[in-house]
Amino acid sequence: MWIDRVLELVPRERIVAVKNVSLAEEHLHDHFPGEGDAPPLPLMPGSLIIEGMAQTSGLLVGHASGFREKVVLAKISKAELDEDAPPGCTLIHRARIERMDTAGASTRGTVEVIQHTPNGPSPAREIGRIDLLFSHVDQNRSGLAFPEHNFVFGEAFKTLLTSSGIETPA
Amino acid sequence: MTRDEIMDKLKEVLEDALGVDEDEITPDATLTGDLGAESIDFLDIAFKIEQTFGFKIPQGEMFPEEVIKDPQFVSNGKVTPEGIVELKTRLPHFNFDGFEQDPSLAKIGDVFTVNGLANYVERKLGETASA
Repeated sequence: MWIDRVLELVPRERIVAVKNVSLAEEHLHDHFPGEGDAPPLPLMPGSLIIEGMAQTSGLLVGHASGFREKVVLAKISKAELDEDAPPGCTLIHRARIERMDTAGASTRGTVEVIQHTPNGPSPAREIGRIDLLFSHVDQNRSGLAFPEHNFVFGEAFKTLLTSSGIETPA
Repeated sequence: MTRDEIMDKLKEVLEDALGVDEDEITPDATLTGDLGAESIDFLDIAFKIEQTFGFKIPQGEMFPEEVIKDPQFVSNGKVTPEGIVELKTRLPHFNFDGFEQDPSLAKIGDVFTVNGLANYVERKLGETASA
């Protein structure tokens, strides 16, 4: 998972999730490794910040149908990240449902960063905006059939919800 | 709202949804062929039109997903004559005359023009105003 905890979920409306960027994550050592005289520059890849927002927003959309719909990310309508996220910082993903119907949903989101200092954490500051479009994949226009079980919201999502104190469907 | 105002707002919707330049969005431009829309973009366009113009679009009213998934109206990859009648009845905002000559499903994207969308929005705004 690319989020650690859901802090708030207002059904069918909004969600807030948190991601702590850690040097224990292996990919940070490849993004970017030192080369020649240049020292390593570990940074959370922007693509994974987008994935974190997709998981955050997708949870909100999935929760709206009691996780009966298979909610898949269909389109990144907008993704703007103004600055890098180094290890040790905390990212806050905030998302809101903009439109939702039987076919899918569009969401608007912001990414905020909290930097940790010897005097405590800094106030959260917006560093990005990510708008997404989700499809309820069984309602797809081409009529393609997908497996009956909900392969989107698996054990990892359930663990996240449970550890965040949010009720999961049976 | 005048037709020009509808077209201006529609251009903003399509620029935003499809990432195309304003000068590419001519009345005769087709959403898939000329503007590069993929299937999921149709949902995006529908959402954005609802937000921009302030009305709700029931599924199957603006685009023909209900008809083209119905085996009663599609056979061997072509829309049947009954299907053409259904399309014309349900989606009067699009012009199916050219499609009727070769009703292959693969070519239905040519029907979805910017002008057709403007026709739909104009009709919906008229219904809202008279309701």
